[in-house]
Parts: sequence; C-alpha cells; structure tokens
Amino acid sequence: MSAPRVDGLPQQHGSPTQQMPLVAPRSAFAHDWTRIARMGSIAAFGQVFIALSNMPVRLDERLIIKPVLSLGYLVLLILPFAAGYRQGHQIRREGVPTYSPGLNEVVGGFLCGALAGAGLSLLTILLTHFDLRDPLVNWSPMLLNLLSFDNSSWFGGVIWLAIGAAMGTAGGLLRLVGPTSRRATITIVLAVTGAAVLESVVVDLAEGLGLEPLTDRLYHRRGGINWNSALGLAGLCGLLAVTGQGRLRQAKSFHAQLQGKQRTQANGGLIILTATLLIVLPLFLGKLTNELLANVGLFVLLALGLNIVVGLAGILDLGYVAFFAVGSYTAAVLTSATSSRITPEIPWLAALIVVVILTGLVGLFIGAPVIRMRGDYLAIVTLGFGEIIRLLFLSDWLSGWFGGAQGFTKIPAAGIFGLTEVDGTDPRRVFYLVLAFCALAIYVSWRLERSRLGRAWMAVREDETVAEAMGINTVNIKLLAFVVGAMLGSLSGAIFAAKVGSVFPSSFQILVSIVILVVVIFGGMGNIVGVIAGAAVLIGVLGGPKQPGLLAEFAEFKLLIYGALLIWMMLAKPEGLIPNVRRTRELHHHEMAQDAWLQGQPPRR
Amino acid sequence: MSQPGVLSRKAPRTGVSKTGVDWFLTVMRVATLTLICVGLLAFIAQEINTNNPFARWANPDATGLTGEQFWGLIVSGVSQGAMYGLIALGYSMVYGVLGFINFAHGEVFMVGAMTGMITSNKLADAGLWESNFVGSLVFIIVISILVCALTAVIMERVAYRPLRGSPRLIPLITSIGVSFFLQNASVVLLGPGAKSYPNVPDWVKSKHTFLEIEGARILVILVAAVSMICLWYFVERTKTGKAMRAVAEDAEIAELMGINVNRTIVKVFALGGAMAGMAGILWGILFRSVIHTTGFLPGIKAFSAAVVGGIGHLGGAMAGGLSIGVAESVGPLVILEPLGVSGVSQLRDAVAFAVLIGVLLLRPSGLFGERLPAEDRT
Repeated sequence: MSAPRVDGLPQQHGSPTQQMPLVAPRSAFAHDWTRIARMGSIAAFGQVFIALSNMPVRLDERLIIKPVLSLGYLVLLILPFAAGYRQGHQIRREGVPTYSPGLNEVVGGFLCGALAGAGLSLLTILLTHFDLRDPLVNWSPMLLNLLSFDNSSWFGGVIWLAIGAAMGTAGGLLRLVGPTSRRATITIVLAVTGAAVLESVVVDLAEGLGLEPLTDRLYHRRGGINWNSALGLAGLCGLLAVTGQGRLRQAKSFHAQLQGKQRTQANGGLIILTATLLIVLPLFLGKLTNELLANVGLFVLLALGLNIVVGLAGILDLGYVAFFAVGSYTAAVLTSATSSRITPEIPWLAALIVVVILTGLVGLFIGAPVIRMRGDYLAIVTLGFGEIIRLLFLSDWLSGWFGGAQGFTKIPAAGIFGLTEVDGTDPRRVFYLVLAFCALAIYVSWRLERSRLGRAWMAVREDETVAEAMGINTVNIKLLAFVVGAMLGSLSGAIFAAKVGSVFPSSFQILVSIVILVVVIFGGMGNIVGVIAGAAVLIGVLGGPKQPGLLAEFAEFKLLIYGALLIWMMLAKPEGLIPNVRRTRELHHHEMAQDAWLQGQPPRR
Repeated sequence: MSQPGVLSRKAPRTGVSKTGVDWFLTVMRVATLTLICVGLLAFIAQEINTNNPFARWANPDATGLTGEQFWGLIVSGVSQGAMYGLIALGYSMVYGVLGFINFAHGEVFMVGAMTGMITSNKLADAGLWESNFVGSLVFIIVISILVCALTAVIMERVAYRPLRGSPRLIPLITSIGVSFFLQNASVVLLGPGAKSYPNVPDWVKSKHTFLEIEGARILVILVAAVSMICLWYFVERTKTGKAMRAVAEDAEIAELMGINVNRTIVKVFALGGAMAGMAGILWGILFRSVIHTTGFLPGIKAFSAAVVGGIGHLGGAMAGGLSIGVAESVGPLVILEPLGVSGVSQLRDAVAFAVLIGVLLLRPSGLFGERLPAEDRT
C-alpha cells in the first residue's frame, strides 16, 4: 500500500485562508529511508563522539535519580531520543495539507534510535578487542565498564541497542500525542533534571529557611533525587502542566493587553518583586551559592555591556575582554600596594571613576580606527586588539607598570563609603555590590534602548545606508555604542579585581569574549531580560571560563558545549531564547510576510 | 564625542568632510609611519656604528644585528610566511566565493597538524619513519590532506550551507562556534597537552652549506611553492577551476550557465582544507609540536595575510603570507628593539596583529586589490 506523497499532491487553488483537510496517517512501512538512515547515523556518530570524549565517565558520579540514572548515562540517552523525535518532523508547506502522524513515526523513531544505539554497541565491542589508547586518550577500561554495565561487551552491546531503540521509539511517540501531553512530558523531564541540577542551591536554601526535612526527603544523602520522590515530583509537575497551562498564557496575554498606567504598575510590581527576592534570598544562602550568584552577576554585567555593542548597535566586537581587562588592571594599579609605579593608593570607589573614564578612552582609541570597517573585518580586528592588550599586559616591556606574567596580587577590598569592605572572603557582599551595578546597567540599557540614541543604534543595525540617509551620523553613534559598552564592561572588571584580590593576564584570554558572546546570543541579542536569563542559565549551570557552575563536573566540557551551542543557536534560533521583537522581525521577515499573506492580511514591512 | 551633535542635524554634508574620527585616523597613520621610520633609521644608525649619537639616543644598549642573524630572521620569516600563505589561500578562496570569513579555517590547519602527529607517530612505531623518511612524509601529507578536506566539507555542509543568504555576520558567528568546537573536540578526544612529532633525520635538522638554511625550512619553502603552483594550475587552467572563478564572480549567473554552485562551493572548501592540511604537516615538521590552540594564531595571521594580499586573490594570499611572516620575524628586532623596547620576542604576535590593523587602516583592499562577488564590492 502506498501512502499519498505530500509533495505530489495537486496544488489547491483558491483563497489561502480556507481550512485544509488533514490527510490520513501514512502506512507504517512507507518510509523515507535515506532520511532515517541519515538521522540515525548522525546520532550514532554523536553517541560515539560523546562516549569517546569521556563525558559519560566523568559525569557518572553525578546522580540524577538515586539508584537508576546518573548524568553520565543521561547524556547518552539524549541523542537517540532527539533523533527519533526529529525524524518525525514534517515540513509544513503553506497551502499543502500535512498528514497526521501515525504508526509511521513510531517505527521511524524505533529505527533511528536503534541505529544510534548500534553506534554505541559497535564501540563497546571494539573497546574490548582493540587498543586505540595512543591517539584517543579516553579509550579506557573505565569507559568499557560503563558501556558494558560491568558485564560482557556483548551484553552491553545488546543493551545499548535496546536502549537506543526504546529512546527512539519514545521520541517518535512524542509526535503522536497531543500538545497537552507533549508539554506535560517536557515539563516533567525538565523539572526532574532541573531539580537534580539545582540540588546544591535548593539544599542550601532549605538549610537557610529551616526546611531540611523537605530536602532530606527529596534528595538522597549522597546526591541525586530519591527515586520515589522523583516519581512524586514528576506526578506533581505533570498535574501542574496539565491544569496550569492555560493560566500562564492567560496571565501573559492579560499583561500584554494592559495599557498605559496599569501596565506601568504591573511592570513596577514585577520589578519590585524580583528585586526583593534578589535582596532577601542571598541572606538565606550559603557561601558557595552566593559565590555562584556573584559570578553570574559579573557576567550579567559584561553581557549587558556587550549587548549594547552587539545587540543594539549591531557591531560584532570579539575583543570585548579587552575592556574587562583594562578595567581590572586599572583598578589593580590604582588600589594595590604591589604596583610600584603609581604610589599613592586610592580607595576603590575613587579608582572606579578613573577606571570608567580610562576604559571609555581606551574604547574610543580602539573604536575610532575600526568603526569604519566592514562588519566582518571589524570583528577580526577587535579580536586582534583584545589579544594585543593581553600581550602588552603580559610583556616584560611593560612589566614595571602591569607586573608582567606575575600580574598583581594583594588588591585590597573595595570599601563602600566606609560602610563595608567587599572582597572575595564574603561572596554575599560581592553579590550585593554586583547587584547594585547590574541594576545600574539595566537602568542605563533600558533608558538607552528607548532613547533617541537607542533608536539610532537600531536603525544603524538594520540598515546603515538608510540610517545615514535619515541624517544619523553613523560613525559617531557607533563609536558611542563602543564606548558605552566598554564602560559597562570595565565596571565588571573593577569588581572582579576587588573580588579575586589578584589579576593575571591569563584571566583575560580571548575565550572570555567568546563566552560572553555566546551568553548574549543564547539569551537573545538586544533583549535585556534575555541577556540576563542567558547569563543565569549558562554561567550558573555550566560556569564561566574559569568559574565553576552548578554542574562542576562539566568543567572540561563546557567550552565544547559553548561552541556547539553557538552553532546550534545560529542554525536553529538566531534570535535567541527570549528574542527581541524587532530583531526577530529582521531575521524572519520573509516568513512573517508569508504568514500574513496566508491569513489574508495586506503585506506589512 | 558625546555632544548633542551626535545625531547631527547640521547642514547636509557634501563630498568628503572631516569628522573627529578622520582627524584621529590621520594622526594615527602619521604616528605609525613616524614610528616605523624612526625605528628603521635608528636600526640603520646602530648597524653603522652603535656609538653614534642618534643610535645612542634611541636605545643606549643596542648592539645591532650581525649579517648572519639578519639572514636567519629573513629565512625563518619566509618559511613561516609560506605556511601562512598556504592557510591564507583557504580564507581567500572561501571569502571570494561566499563573502564571509571562515573563522574556523585555522582549526582545519590544526586538524591537519594533529592528523600528521598521529600518523607519523604510528609510522615511527612501525619503523618506517626512519627507514623511508620521504615516503612517510608523502604518506602523512596525503592522509592529512584527505582528513582536512573532509573536515572542511563537513563543516560547510553542517554549519554554513543552511545559513547561505542570511545576514553577513551570522555565518561569521557560526564559524567562531565551529572553531571553538573543533579546538575543544581536540582537547576532549586527544587530551589537553602538547604532543610531539617523532624525530626527523639529521639532514632535515642541520644547516646546509647552501646559504646556511636548515633542511626543514628548505623543505617548507619548496613544498609550499609546489602546492602553490599546482593550485594556480588547478584554478586557472582546469574546468573546475573555471567554475570556481565563475561562482566567485557571480553565483547566480554561474548557476544559469549550468554550473552546480553547491558542488563548486564544496570543492572550494575541500581545496582550501587540503592546503591547510599541507600547511599543518609543514608546521609539524618545522616545530615538531602541536597543541589544540596551534590553529588560532596562525589562523588569524593567515587571515591578515589574505587581507594584505587582497582578499579573493590567490597570488596575493601567498605574497601576503610571505610579507606577514617576514614582518613578524624581522619587525620587532628592526623597529622595536632599536627604540629601546625590551623583550621584543614576546611582542611578535602583537606585531602581527598590528600589521593586520595597519593594513586595514591604510589600505583595506590589500596590495593587489580585492576580488569579491559583485554585490560585495561596494
């Protein structure tokens, strides 16, 4: 029995708004074999890569659900599932009816998953018979034990085939169920893994609030969620997802409909609520969690600065770390007693003024030559400047000023009007300091975005020639974006110097710029909330270039993940997680125009 | 700068008017040229006599260079420059065809060096490396070329093809991601430490009576020259090369003429990857050590070389590579040392970046002019 081919259907004429009939599910045996083979083998290669990268072995100690599942095995379950889900994806062509998913998807998912599992099975068997440890450092007995479940390699091979097929089938099944149960499934998976990832924060908070009995019940003593509480949590979240899904959307649309004064009040209420939470919660948190929050805050500050340059003005600055470095070094030179050239040590707050002004000048100095260049040349040249600044700090030539490779140590704590002293020994104070500067940066970005200058930046981002024709002095305003971004970045640098108490050139490598760029792009370029969320998720969970995150086990792999994430975001969702409305319109205006046409609306630009 | 006049609504500008940025740029250009001239003059003065007053004013401790040292610097500059030139070809060809900077190209070079490290060590274990050095060298070059071409093609297929036609910065950001990914994939698969090539025969290591050049450097220059000639022949004289040039000129028209644009672009990537693979092996033979960050600096310098020679221009890429190589090897000792800068060898990379910035400031279209797709020429 041959299924109706979607592509071969006769084109329906008439009004595009008319409702199209659904086509019956395809038969379970009519498959797009090349597609399944391609998805499956990509997943298989991915599985082998993940296994050989040593991720499973390293992450095996981190338990998600106490006796059943560790993070190490979890990373091996994702790809077959994703491949199974993805192969059921059908392109919705406008005006062409799509068939409803059926058994076909499940069988396809099964095959995809089995193929992905077969990759691991093959690896398990190869591991016993060959020794490739010379180039591949992770070709180890530990990996073999993990993959064969401490049993024979054939046993492991069969099990992986079965697991892959099961996960692929589950992915295919997800295509069949309705949107409500799909959402519930996703909520449950996210909630359970989220609870496991956030374990240290939750335990810490519960200790502060005196709720230990609750967390003792939820988490096992040696990490991971107890399996019975995992079931409970899953049930609770599933229930919430089913009952509460309309509520959230209602609240959102209610908020979107608010006008004028009411809207301002609602926004104000939300902001006050968030601010209160951020001020009160750290009081109940321990040292480690506060340290984490402070690191996230530092990166939020950096990301907000880069957001002005990249997100608002559309200048791709790959040397942003230069301003972070200049901020840190200026603060260090001015306050530390180890800097011999500048003898009078001035208090941190006074130094901060110098830091901001000096970094602004450096931004001007770097920006002026590059601002006229084409966007891609500009990116590479700013990268070059970032490296030059690091190399100058590192060089013996200027070591009298900047301490060379030894950098500066003994940077005193940052005194705030004689009220408190902020240094690395008390992360809570650091967090409050960072919070204050973040609030400042958010206010500045928010006001700038809605100002005449912000609109000029966005105009330049969208079309420089048109912006110039509208009477905008593009060179000057781009330069201004550069300088404002530099100043915000320098604040973070100054706090970093006081927090760590020492600065070294190795803290300012180019990869810091790239990580900040990933944060901005992941969260959503040009959107303040998005950038903050991006920093919280990425830096909080994976960690910064040198700072550990919640998943400290990921330390070796986080840069790899940042790279993969950057590629994936650009391919799948270039506007970011929480997109800026206007930027989305720029990136997708063709699709939006088509949608509007299909709904019978006149084209709008 | 932050005057109210930022959004200037003054009288419409006619012709080329001078803004603050222009004045600043002029000052920068003059300052750079003055620095170079004074440095060169001081160098010449110190070469003539280290005790003359001008030389002493510039740097009292200067010793000058002997002829032999100077020759050594030039040779090492040329041989490094030949490698930069080989890598630059990949940047230049991809930019010519697709109009974006393939930032990950330096990482393809690193993959080549790593492949060479693995194969040569395996050959050394089997005893073939010592007994038949030339044969093994050819073998590892072939393997490395294949692996690098494959890497470049996969990269194109996965990361760049879906983004064709999107705003210019989007593929650039993706290529940064690819570069980051490849670097760290090498860390997790092969380990973070530096890895070494097996020992090379004596005739490669020792200096030869002929012009006092190390064998390895002669080898590098020879191989680079041969591959450059082959590439030139391929691009200018074969049908595929003609298709590449046609796509670089105007992809749409080329497609109308019956050229398979996608396939041609894949070939361009493969060719660029092959050149990078060749350069990777040469790097391994010359320095005998490779680490995951090996690709970053040579990549950026090769990009500078492509820009210096005029991006999209093959001969220019090679010439640019040679000039960047010589500049970074000679520049610090000829311009900075005579001015009393200490520890100049640490500033080599900074000098290479400064050359890039200087070229983009003074002559962004490069020495030989750019060859870009029609819509990018504006």
